[in-house]
Amino acid sequence: MNIVVFVKQIPDPAMPGELTAENTLKREGKLILDESDSYGVEMALQLADKAGGGEVTLVSMAPNNEVSGLRTALAMGAAKAILISDDALPGSDALGTAKVLAKAVERAGEVDLVLAATESTDGYTGTTPAQVAELLGWPSLTFAKHIEIADGKATIQRQTEAGYDVVEAPLPAVVSVTAGVVEPRYPSFKGIMAAKNKPVDEVKVTDLGLTAEQLGWAGARQQITSVAAAPAREAGEKIEDDGAAHEQIVAFLERLKVI
Amino acid sequence: MKIWVYAEPAPEGDKPATSTLELLTKARELGDTVEAIYVGANADAMAPALGEHGATKVYAVDRGEALAGVVGAAALAALVEANQPDLILFAQSYDGRDALARLSVKLDRPVLTNGTDLKVDGDKAVVGTAIFGGNTLVDTKFTGPGPFLAAIRPKSFAAEPGGGGAATVEQVAAPDAGRAGEARVLEHHVEEQEGPKLEEAAVVVSGGRGLGSAEAYEPIVEGLAKLLKGASGASRAIVDAGWVPYAKQVGQTGKTVKPKVYVALGISGATQHLVGMKGSDNIIAVNKDSEAPIFSVADLGVVGDVHKVVPKLIEALQARG
Repeated sequence: MNIVVFVKQIPDPAMPGELTAENTLKREGKLILDESDSYGVEMALQLADKAGGGEVTLVSMAPNNEVSGLRTALAMGAAKAILISDDALPGSDALGTAKVLAKAVERAGEVDLVLAATESTDGYTGTTPAQVAELLGWPSLTFAKHIEIADGKATIQRQTEAGYDVVEAPLPAVVSVTAGVVEPRYPSFKGIMAAKNKPVDEVKVTDLGLTAEQLGWAGARQQITSVAAAPAREAGEKIEDDGAAHEQIVAFLERLKVI
Repeated sequence: MKIWVYAEPAPEGDKPATSTLELLTKARELGDTVEAIYVGANADAMAPALGEHGATKVYAVDRGEALAGVVGAAALAALVEANQPDLILFAQSYDGRDALARLSVKLDRPVLTNGTDLKVDGDKAVVGTAIFGGNTLVDTKFTGPGPFLAAIRPKSFAAEPGGGGAATVEQVAAPDAGRAGEARVLEHHVEEQEGPKLEEAAVVVSGGRGLGSAEAYEPIVEGLAKLLKGASGASRAIVDAGWVPYAKQVGQTGKTVKPKVYVALGISGATQHLVGMKGSDNIIAVNKDSEAPIFSVADLGVVGDVHKVVPKLIEALQARG
C-alpha cells in the first residue's frame, strides 16, 4: 500500500512566535517536524507494514529547500519525500496550500491513502486535508482517532462533539488523524544515517502545473488590516504553598460565591 | 449583507448546537438577511430555535448516512449559485470545517478560520483571530469576490434570542457528491459524561502533566470538579499521552471555555492551552514551577504540589458539606 503523508516543517513552537513585515509567521532558520505530523508518519509506517508492501512518501512545503524536519520523518522510516520550495509560496492560504499538496499527491504516482494531521501547530486552519480531498475528488475521513484498512476500505473512529462515529470510505481517501492516534517512534541511529541518503524530489510550483498567481499573496485574496496586542490579563496574587494554600483557595471561591 | 449560517444539531440531536445559535445572533447584528442551511433529518424540530435566534429561512438537506460536511458543501454550492449570499459562517467544529473546506474548493474562495470576532467593513467581511496564545489580535479582510467563508470558534459570541418566530423550512434535495459522497457513517457512539458540559460549565477544573500519572486524574481533577459542580478538562499533553479522551481537551486544538472559575492543576500554561481558557472570568492555578506561564494569567496562583494542595482542598470542601 502506497501512502502519502503531509508533513509541515515549522519553527520550534517552544520559541516565541514572530511576524514578518508582511504579517505572516516568521519561518526562518532551522525548522522542525511539526509534532502533530509525527502521528501521521507513524500511522502510515504501521499501516504499510501491516499491508505487507508499498511505501510511505512524505510531501512538504517549506522555504529555502528546508529538509531538517523531513529528515526526521525519513529517519522514522519513510522511503522518500517530495519537497515543494518556491518563492511563489509565501503568503499562501489554506486553499493555496491544498492546491499544491493535491498536485504533489498526483506526482507521487499510485497512491492508496493520504494521511495528514488535523491541523498544523503553527497555522491551525484545520481545513487543508478536506480541501485536498475535494481537489482530488476523493472521500475524506477527518479527525480520526483510530484507523483500520481492509478490503480496499478505510474505517476510522471519527471524533465528534459527543463521542465518536465509525465512518468508512473506499480507497483512495484522505484521512486526517488527531494527536494520540498512535505513539510516534523515535528515529534510531540506523534510521538517522539511512535518512541522509533517501531521495528528496525538489520541485517548483510550475513543475506541478500551477502558476504563481494562484498561490502566495496573490492567490490568498485576503489582507491583514490590523495587528494589535490583546488587552493584557493581569496576574493576580501568587502564593507559595506552606501547607495552608487550600484555605486561600476556599476563601477565593467563597468570594466568588461558587461555594 | 445576506448572511448564511451552516447550522448543526446539538449532540442530543433535537435542537440546534449552541455554536449555531451564537453565529445566528452575530449574523442578525451584521446582516440584513439571515438564513440557515441545515444538514440532517429533523429540520422541523430545529426551526423554532433557529428562527428565534435570527434565521428567517432554513434550507434543509437530508444526508442519509453520508458525512454531513460532504453533503453540506455540495448542497451549499448549488444554493449559493441560486441565492448569492455575501457571507457564510461555520462553527469551528468537526462537520463545520469539513463543509467549509469542501465548499471553498467548489467555489474557489479562500477561508478564514479560528475566528473569534467578526465585523463588516463596507461590503467586505473582516474576521478577527487571536495568535501567539491570544496575546496578539489580528483582523483579516477578504479582498476578492464573495461569498466569503469563515469559521468562528465556539464561545466567541453570546447566543441571544431575538424574538423572531420559527424559521420557514425549505427542503432541498441532497446533490450527488461523487466519490467523496461514498464515505458512510456506520455507527454513532456517545461517550457518557456526568455533570455539566465542559463548554457550558460555570466551573472547569483541568489537569496537566503535573498530575504525574493517568491514575491521578480521577481523584484529583474529577474529584474537585464534582465537588464544585463543574466539568473536568485537560491540557493537550495528557490527552496526547492517552490519559484522558480528546473530548476533554481545552486549548487551541480543543475546546474554548469561558467559565466563571477555571482551575488549572499541574498545567504549565503553554500558549496552546492559554488560547482556550484565558477568557475565563477567574483563574486559579496550582503548579510546582513558580516560573510556569500559567501564573501570568492566574488571579490566584499557588506554587505547590497538586498532590498536597488538592487533597486538602477536597477535604475542606467536603467538611463544609
